[in-house]
Amino acid sequence: MSEEKKKIMFTVRKAPHGSIYVYEGLEVKLIMAAYDADISVVFVDDGVFAVKQGQNTKALGIKGFAATYGALVDYEITKVFVDRQSMEERGMSEDDLLVIGEDEDTEEPIKPQVVDSDEIAAMMAEQHNILAF
Amino acid sequence: MKLAVCIYEGPYNHEASDTAYNFIQAALKRGHEFKGIFFYHDGVYNVTKLMEPPQDDRHIANRWSQLGATGIDIVVCIAAAKRRGIVDDVLVPNVRISGLGQLTMMAIEADRLVVFGD
Amino acid sequence: MLHTVNKSPFQNTTLESCIRFTRPGDVILLIEDGVLAAQADTSKSDMLSQAMATAEVYALQADLQARALTELVPGVKVTDYEGFVELVEKHSTHAWL
Repeated sequence: MSEEKKKIMFTVRKAPHGSIYVYEGLEVKLIMAAYDADISVVFVDDGVFAVKQGQNTKALGIKGFAATYGALVDYEITKVFVDRQSMEERGMSEDDLLVIGEDEDTEEPIKPQVVDSDEIAAMMAEQHNILAF
Repeated sequence: MKLAVCIYEGPYNHEASDTAYNFIQAALKRGHEFKGIFFYHDGVYNVTKLMEPPQDDRHIANRWSQLGATGIDIVVCIAAAKRRGIVDDVLVPNVRISGLGQLTMMAIEADRLVVFGD
Repeated sequence: MLHTVNKSPFQNTTLESCIRFTRPGDVILLIEDGVLAAQADTSKSDMLSQAMATAEVYALQADLQARALTELVPGVKVTDYEGFVELVEKHSTHAWL
């Protein structure tokens, strides 16, 4: 039986740290990655701040998660996208994005892929279910 | 259809729990089956038996418990619950604590997952 | 795709974003504080009207009534919780939280 893997997308639209949505949302992604599903993650609106490099929550006294985002590829979460317009509206460029892993063969750092909103909308339309955080 | 619902916000503070409840009632009326209802983030506070709302208002925890009594699987996320001091002892009947794997199964197995939150 | 929006457009850009990701044939359902966008003759009415060139827009009756919203942007369809379920039957859903 060759049943196709179900496509599950995570949309991250909230800024990190101001609420727990992004943090606990990440926990869901890590668990779900262990299951037989075709997972993708898209960062839209303030969600792009969740993948900004250089985050430091030490002075807040709360546990950060940028390091975990840095290991998404290790969890086999490789379909990671950032909405270009959201990023640019917030004064960010591709250089500001954190690294989510490295290429197994070339050891080149992997960053989220910056795409246009119509591409994201097309991907959304293909999903079995979408979880928003 | 097989549906699933995920609720992120606590009771009374936000409308999410009410919207979800009304949606579920309407879905049952239309003959749908539920793979489960999953409480995440502050949503875990929806099902504590310690709540005592004024008598002229809805009792959110009892409402979920009654829904659970009909056989619908109502799951409280263990990681979110532990973080917030919600344990088995404080839960209303007919709901259970389990892991995020349950949410994963709902997302995969339900034809539609509907999320309510802030 | 069914997009649910539960934020006031006067306080939050969620509806604006949702519209940007809406494709022909999609449906936007305004719920909770999201129904405030459905009120006629506001600074957000044009945005909603333009969205209707691409998508159908519904507003949840119970939320409209609770907020005393009776005059709606032309074209907005009013639905109840069963109507919400019917929309979910037809479309997979994304919640614009």
